[in-house]
Amino acid sequence: MLGLAKRKTAVSTGLSVPVLLLLLAGAIFLVIGSLSSSIFAQQTVAGLAQGAIFGSLALALVLIYRATEVINFAQGELAMATTYIAYQLTLWGVSYWLAFFLTLVIAFALGVVIQVVVIRPVQHSVIAVVIITVGLFILIDGLVTWKWGADLKFMPAPFGNAVYHAGSVAFSRQDLGTLIVTIFSVILLWLLFQFTKLGLAMRAAALRPAAASLVGVRVNRMLALGWGLAAVLGAVSGLMTEPTQFLQPTMMQAILLYAFAAAVLGGLESPAGAVIGGLFIGVFLNLIGQYIGFATPELRLPMAFAVLLLVLLVKPNGLFGRRQVRRV
Amino acid sequence: MSFLSLQNASLRFGGIVALDDVSLEAEEGSIFGLIGPNGAGKTTAFNVITRLYRLDAGDVVFEGKSLLHAPPSRIVKLGIARTFQNVELFPTMTVLENVLVGAHTVSRFESERSVRAKAQKTLDYVGIGDVARRPAAGLPFGTLKRVELARALVSKPRLLLLDEPAGGLNHGEVDELATFIRTLRDDLKLTVLLVEHHMNLVMRVSDHVHVLNFGRTIASGPPAEIQRDPKVIEAYLGGELEEAS
Repeated sequence: MLGLAKRKTAVSTGLSVPVLLLLLAGAIFLVIGSLSSSIFAQQTVAGLAQGAIFGSLALALVLIYRATEVINFAQGELAMATTYIAYQLTLWGVSYWLAFFLTLVIAFALGVVIQVVVIRPVQHSVIAVVIITVGLFILIDGLVTWKWGADLKFMPAPFGNAVYHAGSVAFSRQDLGTLIVTIFSVILLWLLFQFTKLGLAMRAAALRPAAASLVGVRVNRMLALGWGLAAVLGAVSGLMTEPTQFLQPTMMQAILLYAFAAAVLGGLESPAGAVIGGLFIGVFLNLIGQYIGFATPELRLPMAFAVLLLVLLVKPNGLFGRRQVRRV
Repeated sequence: MSFLSLQNASLRFGGIVALDDVSLEAEEGSIFGLIGPNGAGKTTAFNVITRLYRLDAGDVVFEGKSLLHAPPSRIVKLGIARTFQNVELFPTMTVLENVLVGAHTVSRFESERSVRAKAQKTLDYVGIGDVARRPAAGLPFGTLKRVELARALVSKPRLLLLDEPAGGLNHGEVDELATFIRTLRDDLKLTVLLVEHHMNLVMRVSDHVHVLNFGRTIASGPPAEIQRDPKVIEAYLGGELEEAS
């Protein structure tokens, strides 16, 4: 067993029974709560909509983390910048949804270009990549402010302002639309990874680059595609944030922090964990804000960090994280 | 012209000489054993052939063409596949998916269904068809070695590099493996390059044995000759060779 003893890391599968039970209990709690109180139901749906945004940005972070073991600190700013591109397109008279899809294409190209031009040359060093992403954060922020200014901008409302009523419960079309668009894009991405040759090759390249290259996977190309897809997810989160936060260069900064909390809660390596983590944080913050008197909006970010800290202390691998066993 | 050759290959890592002017030639259809004490440069030679390492001097020639300008991802298309000493599978994927990644290069225009069937057939061939749907992580080491072999075989290589295939196997399994390597060669018309610590196995299956020590060639020839070579016996501190065989 000499070979086994020399292995650097062993990976066990992520899902555990207690975690599943916990999630099930949480879901039942939300359903019962929503059935017995209309305010609870409204806050839950609004929380899910916000949480889906956190989740999609968290998923973008996880995609890049899995491939390169690096947190892309520029992910939120990239999302913000692509939202400005959509804004510019609508200024030029492009309809909202056409601008939406054009922006996703542009975001993909932008992600690929960033990986090839500034990340690939330094990718052998994790710390260099991290510093580059911090630099990108500042660069993108500066460029957007220079081009469009720091004042609030407004885009056409993608879903209108209608409100649906189900009994005494009111749902905004905006929340439902956000939820559907983000969850739909996450599902599309999952299908890509799970059921296509390209997805399989991308997973292989992220898991074991050397072995993947020796079975013919072009690892560098896959990494670039990964950055492109992460940028697309980021663009979705930015575009879905715009209707509630409006356009400003700082619009994604708090959301990036919520996405960090969501990704850590999910275990950093787990795509499903990132999305569920995002939904949890969204609902959690909304319900706490509604029912706990002292929890004013100023406490939202600190509470998200309390969750993050708690996870790191109690279950550092997150809900869906894989136990990393280092053998020497 | 030989099928695969290293020509005066040299490679240094800082002050350590991993390969020192090594030349070897493997004939097509042969089983070529590469042995030597720990740190002799065997796995380094594999990594050079598969382009994970870049030579400082010398050349690697496969079917008359130098490999030095091919990126690692082209190697499998040229017909070279390998396994790893410590098993480099994709742990979160299922066994079948691992093999599907291996089929990647040879299946570009094939339907997903026929590729899957081919992957399953390869798993059956190496005797682990029943674990196809299980995640790779958590399976016993011997099974993982076979998954890796299936992943290599599914790309239809003409040259197969096996890095310590007997690692973690018990005595009976090593016997089985010896037969299996020969069957593989005959069935699939392969040339096999074999790095192995298990001396008995190497001496039994190889047509030719090449011995490295501290990155240098100390002997090369048919197994019977190598077993009697005083330099080889000395490199293994006497005893071990006779004991093992």
